[in-house]
Amino acid sequence: MPSRFTTADIERVAQLAQLELGPEETEMFTRQLDEFLDYAAEVLAIDTSGIEPTAYVASHPLSDRDDEVRPSLDRAAALANAPDPAPAAGLFRVPRVIG
Amino acid sequence: MTPSSPLRALRDAVASGECSAVDAVRESLSRIERLDPALGAFLTVAGDRALARAAELDAHRDRWRGAPLLGVPVAVKDNICTCGVRTTAGSRMLERFVPPYDATAVARLERAGAVIVGKTNCDEFGMGSSTENSAFALTRNPWAADRTPGGSSGGSAAAVAADLTPAALGSDTGGSIRQPAAFCGIVGLKPTYGRVSRYGLIAFASSLDQIGPLARTAYDAALVLTVIAGADGADATASSEPVAEFTAALTGELRGVRIGVPRSMLAAGVDAGVLRSFDEALDVLAGRGAELVEIELPHARHAIGVYYLIATAEASSNLARYDGVRYGLRVPPAAAGPGEDADNSLRAMYARTRRAGFGPEVKRRIMLGTYALSAGYYDAYYLKAQRVRTLILRDYDRAFERVDAVAAPTTPSPAFRIGERIHDPLQMYLGDVFTVSAPLAGLPAISVPCGFSAEGLPIGFQLTGRRFDEAMLLRIADAYQRDTTWHERRPPVHA
Repeated sequence: MPSRFTTADIERVAQLAQLELGPEETEMFTRQLDEFLDYAAEVLAIDTSGIEPTAYVASHPLSDRDDEVRPSLDRAAALANAPDPAPAAGLFRVPRVIG
Repeated sequence: MTPSSPLRALRDAVASGECSAVDAVRESLSRIERLDPALGAFLTVAGDRALARAAELDAHRDRWRGAPLLGVPVAVKDNICTCGVRTTAGSRMLERFVPPYDATAVARLERAGAVIVGKTNCDEFGMGSSTENSAFALTRNPWAADRTPGGSSGGSAAAVAADLTPAALGSDTGGSIRQPAAFCGIVGLKPTYGRVSRYGLIAFASSLDQIGPLARTAYDAALVLTVIAGADGADATASSEPVAEFTAALTGELRGVRIGVPRSMLAAGVDAGVLRSFDEALDVLAGRGAELVEIELPHARHAIGVYYLIATAEASSNLARYDGVRYGLRVPPAAAGPGEDADNSLRAMYARTRRAGFGPEVKRRIMLGTYALSAGYYDAYYLKAQRVRTLILRDYDRAFERVDAVAAPTTPSPAFRIGERIHDPLQMYLGDVFTVSAPLAGLPAISVPCGFSAEGLPIGFQLTGRRFDEAMLLRIADAYQRDTTWHERRPPVHA
């Protein structure tokens, strides 16, 4: 059975996921995703007409709370793990986006 | 008589003054120091912090009187945030991440008098069934050095099995507490979806993830669950369903309890030794008065396909946050070759960072999940899987009209060899056949040690219960452990 994926398909998905793949990874994922989807074909074949999807199993009662302002993480702590913080400005620095 | 429970015994010894919290923590740390180099259960040992904390407990004994986990050393899976203690989730992406806050489950353990001694190895972001997907260490099964401890909470399971700590926290998305518990010969409980706050749990698949205890006995697991369960203003999915003192449910009484057995699911693909131990476990339960009822779960055989479509879709979304901006790894631009311009764009930084930061299994799941959610495939894969998820859930609802719990083996085989499945993802996924249904249906499930294979590897059986009825699972598991001694055996690594 021919693969449902081409290298170009895998590269398109990788781009959506903001992932850079090496040539070996592209080849490997092409094969492995195809294998999994072959296996999962039986799921696709099940008649689900009239069946509602389950996104998650609601565990009522959920613990709602009043929408009141509470203290949050202070700025220094929030920046402490940043790879390129600008503490004086209180910002995360990123590569230039505009211009 | 309830079975001998190391956590309870240690807690009682500290409470009565027979030993101090410092003694208890020192003993745990010394076992880690002696045994963990060969085992690889821990990624970080927070020895000084733990001893300081224990000294504080000892110095204020009056204030801590009656604390349910007083002086008990606990290990925490490294995808659960510990304030000031490095938390990597087994990923290069978070190699140097030091959380500025505690997970609610961790804070509750400490408020109950427990002492966190360290962080345990796991498959990267909880994705795997062998702990081989950790970026940092190989964890070995305490029962056989050439076997995996299971995963993804393999470090937590190995730590408890080797008596490095009497209990540990793990997380379970498709079996990550129960499967390693079975492979290592201990008890592992995945609570009902929403039973335990996930604040501070590094997200993998948000409709499935749940934190739970690993311990040697149902009694010890009940002690830990009572402490960590309950509503939390920091996690809207944590239910305000009342939390009982779970140990109170451990009556030893099984008369009137109906246990469903989905016999047709066991017809193929299960090791003969596993099946024999499972049937013997059922005999023990029947001997205590439980009624065994044959049931059908017609859609359970589709659960692996459904699980891996849904879990990877959710993972692809959750892991979008690792972008090299706010925390974690960032890969700076590659130096440009002669005559080239280095790509210094933000997008190139994202892609480079994610290439270097994620391991192969995580990339594979991001790829599959992104595909299942992408335009043109969403209905066919993701939505379809969610509809079949409804059918799986209904199967259980129907079964629970007739029975109080569903029993099955936890895994189709005992612990597999290191390296055996790591290059064949589908083979690895298929081993999750009995564990993925409970999280899909939001149900609690527990794995209990029930024997050993011919090669001396532990075997576990699983009980799945009604939503928020962990008490029933713990009661059945405890009753079983009163009549068996599997949980008292110690692995050869135990020196």
